Amino acid sequence: MTTDRLTADLRAMWRIRAFEEKIQALHKNGDVRGSVHLCIGQEAGPVGACDALGEPDALFATYRGHGWAIGRGTPLRPLFAELLGRATGVNGGRGGSAHFSAPEYGFYGEDSIVGGGVSHAVGAALAGKHDGTGRLAMAVFGDGAMNQGAVHEAMNFAAVFGLPVLFLCENNRYSELTPIRDMVRNEQLTDRATALGMPATRIDGNDPAVVRETVADLADAAREGGGPAFVELTTQRLVGHYIGDVQQYRTKEELAADGLVEPIAIATAKLAESGVDTGAIEREVRDEVETAARQALADPAADVSKVKEHLYA
Amino acid sequence: MPELNYSGAVNAALRRCLEEIPETLLYGEDVAKPGGVHGVTRRLWKDFGDRVFDTPISESAILGSAIGAAMLGRRPIVEIMWADFFLVALDQMVNQAANVRYISEGRLTAPLVVRTQQGNSPGACAQHSQNLEALFTHTPGLRVAMPSTPQDAFDVMVSAVYSDDPVVVIDNRTLYFGDKQEVVTDAAPAPIGGSHLRRTGAAATVVTWGAITHQVLAAVDRLAGEGMRVTVLETPWLNPFDHDALHKSLAGTGGRLAVVHEANTTGGFGGEVIVRALEAGVLSGRPLRIGTEDSRIPATPELAAALIPGADRIFTELKQFLTR
Repeated sequence: MTTDRLTADLRAMWRIRAFEEKIQALHKNGDVRGSVHLCIGQEAGPVGACDALGEPDALFATYRGHGWAIGRGTPLRPLFAELLGRATGVNGGRGGSAHFSAPEYGFYGEDSIVGGGVSHAVGAALAGKHDGTGRLAMAVFGDGAMNQGAVHEAMNFAAVFGLPVLFLCENNRYSELTPIRDMVRNEQLTDRATALGMPATRIDGNDPAVVRETVADLADAAREGGGPAFVELTTQRLVGHYIGDVQQYRTKEELAADGLVEPIAIATAKLAESGVDTGAIEREVRDEVETAARQALADPAADVSKVKEHLYA
Repeated sequence: MPELNYSGAVNAALRRCLEEIPETLLYGEDVAKPGGVHGVTRRLWKDFGDRVFDTPISESAILGSAIGAAMLGRRPIVEIMWADFFLVALDQMVNQAANVRYISEGRLTAPLVVRTQQGNSPGACAQHSQNLEALFTHTPGLRVAMPSTPQDAFDVMVSAVYSDDPVVVIDNRTLYFGDKQEVVTDAAPAPIGGSHLRRTGAAATVVTWGAITHQVLAAVDRLAGEGMRVTVLETPWLNPFDHDALHKSLAGTGGRLAVVHEANTTGGFGGEVIVRALEAGVLSGRPLRIGTEDSRIPATPELAAALIPGADRIFTELKQFLTR
C-alpha cells in the first residue's frame, strides 16, 4: 500500500475516533444524554469497506454504527447535532445515537435491535433488482448478531434469490458483554455463511487496505450476479459495550494487548517509519471534529411543537 | 362489474395494483406457483413474472426485506400466511416498520402492505386461531384494516397499496369462499379509512369489524323481527378509526353502544372504542362488549364454539342489553 493511501486511511480513521472521543466528552458533561455505543478500535472496517459502495448502493448498520455513517460521507455536524437533540440533526433528534440515518449519503440507518436491520439490506438489494440500478447492499453487524435467527433468515433469503448483498460481521469478540466464543460451539462463523451457499472469508479487520481489497472484490462478484457474500472482520472494541460499561469481564492485560493491534496504532507505526507526521494528522482532524461539535452545540434545539409529526404520511 | 367472492376480490385488487403500480412486488410463503395456501393469489405469478414470488418460511426475512425494499422505493405486498405467524417476526412490524418514518423525521418511509388472515375456523388449532388486530392497533405508525365483504376486501387492498404508510390487512379465511357479489373494481383509489352503516335503528349503535360482522347482522336482524332496531356500524379500518361516524351514530341512538369482535375481550380494540366514546362524552348508560372468552382456543369445533361469540350469543346479549 502506498504511503499516500495509508495516510488518507489514517486520517479517515482518526475522523471516526475523534468523533467518538468527542462524544465521550459531551456525554460526560451531560450534553449528550442516554445510551451511546462507540466503535473505538473498529475504525478500519468502515474506512476500508465503504470505498466499495457507489451512488445507488445502500448501507445498513447497527447501533455501533457511527463509523459507518461517517464512512459513507455523512458530515460530522449533523451527526453531532443528532446526538445533541438539535433540529439540525440527521433525523432532527428523533433517532439519536442508535438510529443515525442519512439516505442522501446511501446510509440507510443504524438499528438498535441486534440483527434487526440485516433483512432490510436484503430488501434494498431486492429493490435494486427491480428498479434497474442493480444496487449493491451492505449489512454490517456484530458477532452477537450471528446468534440471531433473523440474521440467518436474511442471509438465506439473499442466497436463495442471488441478491447482491454483502454481509459484514465485525467480530470484536464480545456479544455485548459476553465473549462470542462462550456462545458458539463452532467459532468459525464463516462456516454458517458457507452452509447457506455463499462465499465467506475471515480477514484482518484492523487493516483498512485488506478490508478495502476484499470487500471490493466481493462487491464486484456480487454485482456480476454472483449473489451474496459474507466477510468476518476480526477487530476489537477498545471501550465498553456502552458508555459507562466498566467492562469487569475484561482484564487490563487484554485491553493493553488490544491497544497494540488496533488499527490507528498500527497505521501510525507504519507511517512513522516512512517519516509521516502522524501527530499533525491527528491534530488537524481533532480541530475539524471540535469545529463540527461547536457548530452543532450552537444549533437550535429540536422543535418540541413538531414532536407528533411524521408518524404517518 | 365482475361478480367476485372475497378471495376473488382480493385477487382482483392485487392484480389491479400490480398492473397500475410498477413498483409493487408480491411475495410470501407459497403465494406464487401454489397460488397461496387459500388460493387467494393464484395465477398472479404467471402474469407478473418475477414481481410475484415464493419465499422461504422466514417471516422475519419476508417482512424485513419488504421494509428495506420499501425504503428504496418499492411497494411490496407481502403475505404472512396466518396472523399467528406474525409473532415470530413481530420485531419487524413493531420495532422496524412502524419506526421508519417517525425516527427519520420523514426522510425514509416504508410503504408496505402485509396481508394476513386470522381467526378460528372449525378444527383450527390454538396456534392458528388467534385474532391479533389489537397488537397492531396498539402500535403507533401502523395502519390496520379488517374487511368482511368482497367490495371492502377489494377497496381496502387498493387503498392500502396506494397508502404511503405500512398497512396490515387482516382477512378471515372463513370469508374467502363466501357468496359472490358484484364488485366495483375500477373506482379511483380511495384514501384509507372510513366505515359503513350496515343497519340503521335508534335503539343502540353496534360497532363491529371483520368476519363476525356477518354474525352481528344475523343477530340484529332477529332483533328487528322482535321490534328492536339498532344501528350497525362496520369499521373495516381500525387505524385510522372512524370515530366521527361513531359519534354521529351515537347521537342518533341515545348514546347506547355495543362493540362486538372475535378477538378475546381483555385488551381488545373494543375497549378502546368504548373509552374513546366515553371520553368524548357521547356515551350514555353502560356499554356492552362482546368478544371471545379470555381463553386459549381448543381444536374441537364444539369446544371452540363455546368460547367464540356466534349469532345466538350476540342476539341474546344484545337483547339483554337493550331491555335492561
